[in-house]
Amino acid sequence: MIQGILLCSLTFLSFAIFVTVFRLVKGPTALDRVQALDALGINLISGVAIFSVFIRSTGFFEVILLIGILSFIGTIAFARFIERGVVIERNQSD
Amino acid sequence: MNVINQIELAAVFLILVGTIASFLSAIGFIRLPDLYTRAHALSKGSTMGVLFILVGTFFFFFIDGYFSIRLFLGILFVFLTAPVSAHVIVRAAYRSNVPLAKESVRDDLKEVLQEEVYNHK
Repeated sequence: MIQGILLCSLTFLSFAIFVTVFRLVKGPTALDRVQALDALGINLISGVAIFSVFIRSTGFFEVILLIGILSFIGTIAFARFIERGVVIERNQSD
Repeated sequence: MNVINQIELAAVFLILVGTIASFLSAIGFIRLPDLYTRAHALSKGSTMGVLFILVGTFFFFFIDGYFSIRLFLGILFVFLTAPVSAHVIVRAAYRSNVPLAKESVRDDLKEVLQEEVYNHK
């Protein structure tokens, strides 16, 4: 029963990832693609959580935290680059 | 034994609800007309979905007596940063002149931004 529900939710998650990849390929502007990558990171977090319930292992929780942090940093860097042209601004006091 | 089985079933059901919410937000992500409405659908629905899934996972291992502080920090971090990243993306999109949908009727931010640019020069 539990395994069946988990397989069903993994299937739904695969559909969600497929749809997001469709927008990643098609998206008209660069920000659409950044947004699709962000959603892809969040869906990967969900996939790792479901998989760790599926095999009843607690060894993958660091991966959840790590993907969350890396996806957030990548999104912020891309958005800053598109908005201002640079990611890290130089010191302007000289 | 039976009670633990039912609580595990409830946790797995939370995971299923979260996955369905995430799937619906992904459907909104391909069907809506412009970037701002897509960000609206995606950030809310996907954040709610991943929070349901992570809380379900947390409860699933919590009834076995395993309190995972890393998973708890992961829940807190995703809950804090997913709306922030959506806000930053939409702000960058508006500042780099991504057009609104044809159906949108008014744009209050445009006048404010023009006034700001006028005051700076």
